[in-house]
Amino acid sequence: MFYIRVTVRDALNQAMDEELERDERVFLLGEEVAQYDGAYKVSRGLWKKYGDKRIIDTPITEMGFAGIAVGAAMAGLRPICEFMTFNFSMQAIDQVINSAAKTYYMSAGRQSVPIVFRGPNGASAGVAAQHSQCFAAWYGHCPGLKVVSPWSAEDARGLLKSAIRDDNPVVFLENELMYGVPFEMSEESQSKDFLIPIGKAKIERQGNHITVVSHSRMVSLCLDAAAVLAKEGIECEVINMRTIRPLDAEAIETSVMKTNHLITVEGGWPQFGVGGEILARIMEGPAFNYLDAPAVRVTGVDIPMPYAKILEDNSVPQIKDIIFSVKKTLNA
Amino acid sequence: MLAIISNVLRGTASRNGARVVVSARTYADFTPQASFDIKKCDVHKLEEGPPLQAVLTREEGLQYYRTMQTMRRMELKSDQLYKQKIIRGFCHLYDGQEACAVGIEAGINLTDHLITAYRAHGYTLTRGGTVREIMAELTGRRGGIAKGKGGSMHMYTKHFYGGNGIVGAQVPLGAGVALACKYLGKNELCVCLYGDGAANQGQIFETYNMASLWKLPCIFICENNKYGMGTSVERAAASTDYFKRGDFIPGLRVDGMDVLCVREATKFAAEHCRSGKGPILMELQTYRYHGHSMSDPGISYRTREEIQEVRSKSDPISMLKDRMLSNNMASVEELKEIDVEVRKEIEDAAQFATTDPEPPLDDLLRGTNPWTKLKSVS
Repeated sequence: MFYIRVTVRDALNQAMDEELERDERVFLLGEEVAQYDGAYKVSRGLWKKYGDKRIIDTPITEMGFAGIAVGAAMAGLRPICEFMTFNFSMQAIDQVINSAAKTYYMSAGRQSVPIVFRGPNGASAGVAAQHSQCFAAWYGHCPGLKVVSPWSAEDARGLLKSAIRDDNPVVFLENELMYGVPFEMSEESQSKDFLIPIGKAKIERQGNHITVVSHSRMVSLCLDAAAVLAKEGIECEVINMRTIRPLDAEAIETSVMKTNHLITVEGGWPQFGVGGEILARIMEGPAFNYLDAPAVRVTGVDIPMPYAKILEDNSVPQIKDIIFSVKKTLNA
Repeated sequence: MLAIISNVLRGTASRNGARVVVSARTYADFTPQASFDIKKCDVHKLEEGPPLQAVLTREEGLQYYRTMQTMRRMELKSDQLYKQKIIRGFCHLYDGQEACAVGIEAGINLTDHLITAYRAHGYTLTRGGTVREIMAELTGRRGGIAKGKGGSMHMYTKHFYGGNGIVGAQVPLGAGVALACKYLGKNELCVCLYGDGAANQGQIFETYNMASLWKLPCIFICENNKYGMGTSVERAAASTDYFKRGDFIPGLRVDGMDVLCVREATKFAAEHCRSGKGPILMELQTYRYHGHSMSDPGISYRTREEIQEVRSKSDPISMLKDRMLSNNMASVEELKEIDVEVRKEIEDAAQFATTDPEPPLDDLLRGTNPWTKLKSVS
């Protein structure tokens, strides 16, 4: 078995490189993506390889350049529009929702918008309230969008390739704190056509006692919590959602019907969030009758992200919070 | 004498219901083309503007007349249907502004691209939509150009990107289409329209900046009909010289009521773009007879006298008609015949639009929405 260690950043970089090479309609635009090699170096080397036509530095005008990207997609290109962080996508959110997401429907299928909006999402470290919001719930709410939230390097690679090849607008939520994290990747995943289907979750760890559903960086914490709990004989089934919309409710239901217990873990705020949606779906489906305890959401604290480290650390779920919730749910 | 004979013959023809070629007066009697003086355009950051004369051929004249008349009657019919509550929601009518849509299309090719805001029925027509499809879309039927899913503001055809409801949002989109044109190297351009109200939007200035930086083949066109909903231009804009608002982008101010003026300016602008010089801006001074939309009577912020004055002195269809008749490029009867044909086309379309069935409900049940399992069917 051949494995190499690849960071999430490099996986994203390679995915974009390969897709740029494969299809000349693909291009990347955003702030600092070209000559600066990317604000977080995700697009390192791409401008040097592909030049001004395919890798475009934009002025700091999100609404304008997101609209330009959407227009280019309507006219036959396949843009990757980078938001330096998804916080700045709020300036352009009208273009994402009203121009990109809704157009295929409004035109009765005549006009597609094959665009990928990507960038770091959610909390980082010490960047305070205006730079730390998670947008999974906001974008996940909207019909017409696909919303993807990779965790590992393999996720990043396979899902970004799928997103670029998808003819729908895809919101691709990365995580800054995960960029530098290395993962082992199989030889198979190094293939240029390695695609992970959008809309399918992955069971990262099998278990019989409780289903723990999460996305993005929180998956790491869930796995760490599961390792601690295993020592006490509690076996968690950790599900990595991979996609926010369309949500793989079936995977979660199947797991819950096996374990009879459910918690969800996310970095975003609790109200009207990803966890809330999962819990509602479980109630609407066959898995409800298999629950032995109410399902629980573990989320970020319902406040604008504070700056002080001690406050920030306690504003997002920690391993101890996940362990606590699991035990409470199991009444252990 | 010749004229009397031709009228009699024509009369006979229509009574018999047959289309008879009236040989008493042949097409050779008409002037095949004529040259007209057109208003000089004010320019911004340009050495020279479009020519001061336009050549109009008989064929072109008849085609512009027919299209403008079709547009006019289509909009008036929509007004009627709206008042009968057969059309609902938003309906922004274009009557008065026909010279803009027709003149622009005459200056570009169908292979070029165009995007506009919500006052879009006229452009849907010039960009290849049929009156039937447009009206059936307004009435929300399955035969509509967007199968009833879009409505008045969301109609699309090939190389026509709507129909956009959010004021100003279409401008960055248009520049994006222009970027694709440049990227794909097919010598196409994008015409990107917005109104005097939208002209103050920040995203438009962001777009000017990028279009200029990257030399995108984009013709920005401000259709200045003097009112952004109920707010006159003087009350909305610190500078009403919309053709200068592009700052570093060259601009033209054009008489938007004269189809020839619009056409020449568009040709001039298209040449500018296609030669790789980057974007250019045109302000078309035009006027809408209706209010902002069907829910606006349009007389609380302007006088009936003003509307009447424009109608009598500057109506685009009348202007073209007068030009053609006074230069013997067409006959009164011929134009009347076109009017009759247009009326028939509109009637047919309205008939279709009111009788075509609505879209099926199954369209709503697609997808893995669990909510639909709970939806009541009765």
